[in-house]
Amino acid sequence: MTRTKRRAGRRHPLATVALLALGLVFTGGAYAALSSGTVAQAEIDPNSQQTIEEGKKLFQANCATCHGLEAQGTANGPSLIGVGAASVDFQVGTGRMPMQMQGPQAQEKPVQFTDDQVKQLAYYVASLGPGPDIPADHLVNGGGDAANGAELFRINCAMCHNVAGAGGALTEGKFAPPLTDVSGVHIYEAMVTGPQNMPVFNDLNITPEDKRDVITYLKYLQDNRSPGGFELGSLGPVAEGLFIWIFGLGAIVAITVWITAKSN
Amino acid sequence: MSTATTRSTTPAKRSFTAGASEYINDRTGLAVAIKGLGRKAFPDHWSFLLGEVALFSFIVVLVSGTFLTFFFQASMAEVHYEGSYVPLKGVEMSVAMASTLDISFDIRGGLFVRQMHHWAALLFVAAIGLHMLRVFFTGAFRKPREINWVFGFTLFILAMAEGFTGYSLPDDLLSGNGLRIIDGMVKGIPLIGTWTSFLIFGGEFPGTDIVGRLYTLHILLLPALVVALIAVHVGYVFIHKHTQFAGPGREPTNSVGPPILPIYAAKAGGFLFLIWGVIALIAALFTINPIWNYGPYDPSPVSAGTQPDWYIGFADGALRLIPPGWEFVWLDRTWSFNILVPLIAIGIFIVLVLIYPFIEAWIKGDKREHHIADRPRNAPTRTAIGAAGVTFYAGLWAAASSDILATHFSLTMEGVIHALQATVIVGPFIAYFITKRVCLALQKKDREIVLHGYESGRIVKLPGGEFIEVHQPLDEYERWRLVSYESYQPLMIRPNARGKITVGQRVRAGFSRWFFEDRIAPVSKGELESGHDGHH
Repeated sequence: MTRTKRRAGRRHPLATVALLALGLVFTGGAYAALSSGTVAQAEIDPNSQQTIEEGKKLFQANCATCHGLEAQGTANGPSLIGVGAASVDFQVGTGRMPMQMQGPQAQEKPVQFTDDQVKQLAYYVASLGPGPDIPADHLVNGGGDAANGAELFRINCAMCHNVAGAGGALTEGKFAPPLTDVSGVHIYEAMVTGPQNMPVFNDLNITPEDKRDVITYLKYLQDNRSPGGFELGSLGPVAEGLFIWIFGLGAIVAITVWITAKSN
Repeated sequence: MSTATTRSTTPAKRSFTAGASEYINDRTGLAVAIKGLGRKAFPDHWSFLLGEVALFSFIVVLVSGTFLTFFFQASMAEVHYEGSYVPLKGVEMSVAMASTLDISFDIRGGLFVRQMHHWAALLFVAAIGLHMLRVFFTGAFRKPREINWVFGFTLFILAMAEGFTGYSLPDDLLSGNGLRIIDGMVKGIPLIGTWTSFLIFGGEFPGTDIVGRLYTLHILLLPALVVALIAVHVGYVFIHKHTQFAGPGREPTNSVGPPILPIYAAKAGGFLFLIWGVIALIAALFTINPIWNYGPYDPSPVSAGTQPDWYIGFADGALRLIPPGWEFVWLDRTWSFNILVPLIAIGIFIVLVLIYPFIEAWIKGDKREHHIADRPRNAPTRTAIGAAGVTFYAGLWAAASSDILATHFSLTMEGVIHALQATVIVGPFIAYFITKRVCLALQKKDREIVLHGYESGRIVKLPGGEFIEVHQPLDEYERWRLVSYESYQPLMIRPNARGKITVGQRVRAGFSRWFFEDRIAPVSKGELESGHDGHH
């Protein structure tokens, strides 16, 4: 920032601070308003005609190019009839949809809609045909059995997402994303809808209670740092090997140079 | 001081240390050893300490490992975990896994020592690797040190075995996956594979015996072999003397450097604690092998990013690089060439590295002893062969992390694999040619500097108006370093006593031509004198 002669009004040195404070108050206020979820959700009635109409408008403006005006699908995108509210909430709520470009898989990016708009879109799509619904709060708040969740996670999820949820590679440039900062709702929705290359884990395969346990385990990992110190990305022996060669042996070679240099 | 006791026995006035030394010497004869060893000189160069790094990290491994044996239980009996790590509470696992978790969470200092043991083990093998590269590229394996190279390389293999058996002990998911790969490799060997696997595991994989057996290997047999071989290896360093780089006053018959006692021993002692400190710092700050994430072994799950520790990576990479479809049924038997080819390729590579000193000696036909270390550029073909070997190994090694390369550099897995396949097959040749040319170019540069001195950057105008740059002549020490190396010429094919030229001789002459056809001879005395006269 360059200092100018005028030091009043918007050029005042404290203007930035004031602006930041103002911004924080607004975002904080908005966050508080939104995070008291019941209030926000109460405004969006899943079955009201108004919600569905609003959702339809948003859909036709933002999604219809690829999914078709009636969500029936086109050559560029699949039909969304019967994918359910959970699918839309996941794809749009994590910023994967609307997709930036066609590629091996939809990339995460900043979310394009407000929470209300995401819900309106979700209930519009849900109105087209029955599908998985957005999960109830008690299933996604991490109040289950972490040990059972960990075991289920290792058996069903770790081969792609890695035991510590650090993510992993798939074929043809696709990948399983890291789960280190995914919300409980989105984890649940991913399990029931199987986005991108992920298989669907329906309620017969993994019961809602078991899904809650898996989320509990992932929340445990998110909330508790490794007891052993820095995790090195939780990538396992590759990161450990790189570390010992570059930093471990590097430090020690520096010491050998120091020891032998002193005598000269 | 308590000199009173000694004064009563001996008439002369003597210090306590003198008396104590004599007491010990009369009973052990230590003086001879100290006189002999203590006055031995040890040449000073940072790269000569890499072997010591390996030795000292091995000491850390031994001490921390001893602590772990107090608490680890090598049993595969099933228990329900009741320790303090919440996400594993009540989970069924082997006693081995449960006791490793107890070491990590319920024994004071346990996790720190466990991490120290693992980090020190990684450092141990890495230091051996770097030490071997130093020995290779400076030609320190030449007569009389060929056998010691073999001992050293055997230590490298033993260290890998130590590492792998240790990696498999906690019986967590990662170690079980590693064992499953070994099991698959063993079963891929025709005829004896299945029987051998059943022999190793005491039945069908994973069985209930393997952890106990690996434990015996890990803490008894392998360490005993490693300690014995280290003793022999270091013993031969004393017997042969250490090699040294060329310099004024440094002859093949002497060894220039500080004596072991007191300077060198003091430094080495301090160095041990520095290494200990570095390992302790790393262990205190960085997680290694978080078995609590991996959970107990179960043959069905395999985690993404499952890799062996770095030193086994090249073998894992070799398996990953094999294209699909190399396993087929023939004569009613399954032939797993996807496993056999990497096994054979790695086997050949290991044997070639093991016997390289003998190959080079045979090609050169050189029966003299060599105590002056080569600068890598002065043995261009050897250095190029080394670079080719490093590239081959590095390609296999990188392949073990193909999935991590793919995700972290936004590449496709297939692209990474194909690129590394090319690296492993074509890369060594490219590395060979580039390295050889670089070595020869560096030798040429050395010649130029010896003959004409450094470019000083000082421009002088001569009386006639001509501008020249003054070249700074080398001092004698620097020149010595640049001119004292041996240059070999290709062997001539000569008929033997019977007047015959054998096939062996022709082969040898061919290899010799390959080795020494392109060479830059060191500057001779005559050239030096005429060069000086000509220029100034």
